[in-house]
Amino acid sequence: MEPLGIFGITGQIIVLFWPVWLGMIVVFGLSYMFRANLGLYGKLYGSTPGIIGFGIVLFWFLTAVFADAIAPFDEISQISGMKNKVPGTPVPEMEGMYYLFGGDNLARDVFSRVVKGSQVVFVIAPLATLFAFMVGITLGLPAGFFTGRLDTFLSFVANLVLAFPVILLFYLLVTPEIRNTGYELLRFGDFSWRSSIPNVLAAILFLFPIIFLLVLFQSKFYTQPSKRNTLIIVTLIVGAWFYLGVAFNADPIGLIRMDPNILNIFVAVVFVNSPTVFRIVRGLVMDIKTRDYVAAAQTRGEGPWYIMLWEILPNARGPLIVDFCLRIGYTTILLGTLGFFGLGLSPESADWGSTINEGRKLLSIYPHPAIPPALALMSLVLGLNLLADGLREESLKD
Amino acid sequence: MGAFILKRLWVMVLTALCLTFVVFFLANLYPNLEKLAKTQGNMRMTDEQVASWLDRNGYTSNLVIRYGEWLGIVPGWKRVDEDGTVSGRCLRPGMEPEDMPNYCGVLQWEYGYSTVFKTDVGDVVGKRLLLTGKLMFWVMIVMVPMALVIGVLAGMREGSKTDRSLSTFSIATTATPEYVSGVILIVIFASSVVGLKWFKGSATSAMDDMTFANFTLPVLTMALYGMGYIARMTRASMAEVMTAQYIRTARLKGMTFGAVVLKHALRNALIAPFTVIMLQFPWLLTGVVIVETLFNYKGFGWTLVQAASNNDIELLLSCSIVAVIVVLVTQLLSDIGYAFLNPRIRVG
Repeated sequence: MEPLGIFGITGQIIVLFWPVWLGMIVVFGLSYMFRANLGLYGKLYGSTPGIIGFGIVLFWFLTAVFADAIAPFDEISQISGMKNKVPGTPVPEMEGMYYLFGGDNLARDVFSRVVKGSQVVFVIAPLATLFAFMVGITLGLPAGFFTGRLDTFLSFVANLVLAFPVILLFYLLVTPEIRNTGYELLRFGDFSWRSSIPNVLAAILFLFPIIFLLVLFQSKFYTQPSKRNTLIIVTLIVGAWFYLGVAFNADPIGLIRMDPNILNIFVAVVFVNSPTVFRIVRGLVMDIKTRDYVAAAQTRGEGPWYIMLWEILPNARGPLIVDFCLRIGYTTILLGTLGFFGLGLSPESADWGSTINEGRKLLSIYPHPAIPPALALMSLVLGLNLLADGLREESLKD
Repeated sequence: MGAFILKRLWVMVLTALCLTFVVFFLANLYPNLEKLAKTQGNMRMTDEQVASWLDRNGYTSNLVIRYGEWLGIVPGWKRVDEDGTVSGRCLRPGMEPEDMPNYCGVLQWEYGYSTVFKTDVGDVVGKRLLLTGKLMFWVMIVMVPMALVIGVLAGMREGSKTDRSLSTFSIATTATPEYVSGVILIVIFASSVVGLKWFKGSATSAMDDMTFANFTLPVLTMALYGMGYIARMTRASMAEVMTAQYIRTARLKGMTFGAVVLKHALRNALIAPFTVIMLQFPWLLTGVVIVETLFNYKGFGWTLVQAASNNDIELLLSCSIVAVIVVLVTQLLSDIGYAFLNPRIRVG
C-alpha cells in the first residue's frame, strides 16, 4: 500500500474523530439554544476567546470519553516493522490501517497513544483540582474569617509547602520506595492497608470533602432537624463509600478503584495545589467579610460557619471558578512534568508527559513521536486558559 | 522597617529548618536507605547485609540526632573498630583520624560528601550553581524586557487589536510548559532531518564555551514560559493606570499619547510587575530542572535530578537549602522593594 500524504492523514483523522464532532455539535447546539437560561456558562457564548477555549476543552474531554472508539490501535501493542516509521505509513497485513502519526521507538501507534493519553489527564486533573479546592476552601474560610493564631499557623504551613520547589517535592513524594514505608496495619482477606506516606496523606486529604459537606448542611439546616438528618446521612453513606474506594482501595461494591500509582500522583498533586487555593480563599474571605451583608447576617444572629459557607463563599465564586479552570491547566502541566521525569506512572503509560519523555530521546532523528503529545498538552492547557479568561471577562460584566 | 525585616528573617530561618527537616525525613525513609545501601554496596545484598551496612555508616541512629549532626549542633558519630581503624561522619578521604573534627555540619560550612559525584557537596553545588546562574542571567536579559514591552503595548490601549493579539500570545506562552516548547523548538531549529538547523539541540558544550548556537534554545525555552505571566501582570497594571485621573488630566492639558505613556503611566505601571518578576525566581527553578535535563546542561537543576534519583541524601539536602533560600530571599526582597517603590504601602 502507498503511504498516506498530508491530506490523506488529515482526512483519516477527521473521520476517526466522528464521535467527538457529533458530541461537540450536540453540546454547542443545545447550549446556544438555551444560553439565556444557563447563567455564566450561557454568557460565555458572547466571548470569542472564551468559546474557543471551551471548544478545545470540550474536544479533549469528548476524546477522553470516546478514546476506545477513536484509537485504531491499542496504546501498548507493538507491531513489528513499524518502529520509528514516519506518519502515514500503512501497517503491513492490515488493509486500510495506517500509523497516522507514525510509530514510536517501540513500534507503537503514536496517534492511538495521544488519544488514550487524554484519558489519564481527564481522570486525574479535574478530580485532583476539585480535592485541592475542597481542602483549600475548608481551611481557608476559617483562616480568613477568624484570623488570629489559627490563621498564623495555617498560613505558615501553606507557605512552607509553597516554598518547596515542586520538582523536589515530586522526587521525594512520588517514588516506588515511598509506597513501602510504614507498617501494614489492616488486613482482611486479600485486602491490606499499610501506613505508607501516600496512603496516610490520602486518608487525611480525602476527609476534607466529607467534612466540608457536613458543615455545609449542618450550618444551614440545623433548625430543620429532619431535613438535616437526611442530608447528613446521605452524605455520610456516599462519602464513606467514596472514601473507602479512593483512600483505601476497599470499595465494598468494587466500583471505585484506585491504582496505588495513580493514588500516589493524585495525593502529590492535591498536596501541591491546596496551599495556593488556601491563600486565594483566605484573601477573598478577608475582603468579603467587611461587606454589609455579612454584618447583616451577624446582626441576625447567624453562626460563623453559616456566614462563611452561605454568605461569603457564594459571593467568592467568580474568582474561584476562574482559578479552578486555570488550576486544571496547571495540574495538567504538573502531570506532564511527572511523566517527563518518569515519576509515578508506569513507563508504558500513554500519558502525554511520558510520551514526550519517550520521544525526546531520539528527537533530532525522529521528531514525529514527541510532537503530537506536546501539541495535545499545549492545546488543552491553552483551551483551559482561554476559557478561564473568557469566564473572568464575562463575570466582571455584571 | 528594621523590626519587619528581623521578624521576616526569623520566619525564614524557621521555614528553612522545617523544610530541611522534611527533606531529611523523606530522604531517610528506610526504603530509600535500603536503595542507597544497595547502590553504594552491591545490588545483591541480603536484608541483614543492608542493615549492617547502614549501621556501619551511621544511618541507623535516631533521626533527630542525625539531623542535629547534619546541622552541626550535635557531634558527628565516631567509631573505633577492634583492629583500630577509625571511622566517623566527619572523616574525609585522605584525612588522618586525629585531625577529625568533632562537629561537621552546615554551621561549620561542611555540607557533607556526595555519594554520586564522590566529592565534597559544597564543591559540586558551587560549581553547578555558577553554571545555572549563567543560564538564569541570560534568561532574565531576554525575558524581562520582552515581557514588559509586550505588557505595556497591550495595556496601553485596552481592547484594541494590538491588545487582543498580544494577550493571546502571552496566554499561549503560559500554556506551553518548558518540556513542550523545548521539544517544539528543538524540532524546528535543531533537528537534523527536518527543520532549520540553526542551533544545537544540546547545551552540554555551552558549559565551557557559550556560543549563540548552543545556548539560544535553552534560554529561549525558559524565557518563553515565564514571559507570558509577567506580560499579563504588566498589561493588567498598565490598563489600570491608564484609567486613572492623572492620565486624563495629562491628556487634557494637551500632552501627546506617547508622552503620557512614557512620562506618567510607565513608572506607576511597573510597580506590580516588579514583584512578579522577583517571585518568578522560584518558579524558574522547576523550569531550570526541566530545561537542564532536556538540553543536557549540567547545572544545578541537573544536579538536583541526579541527587534525587540516586538518593544522594547530603547533596539533596544542600540542593534543597539553596532552593529554599532562593525562594525565601526573593519573597523578602519583593516585599521590601514593593514598599520602597510604592509610597502608599507602609510596613511595620
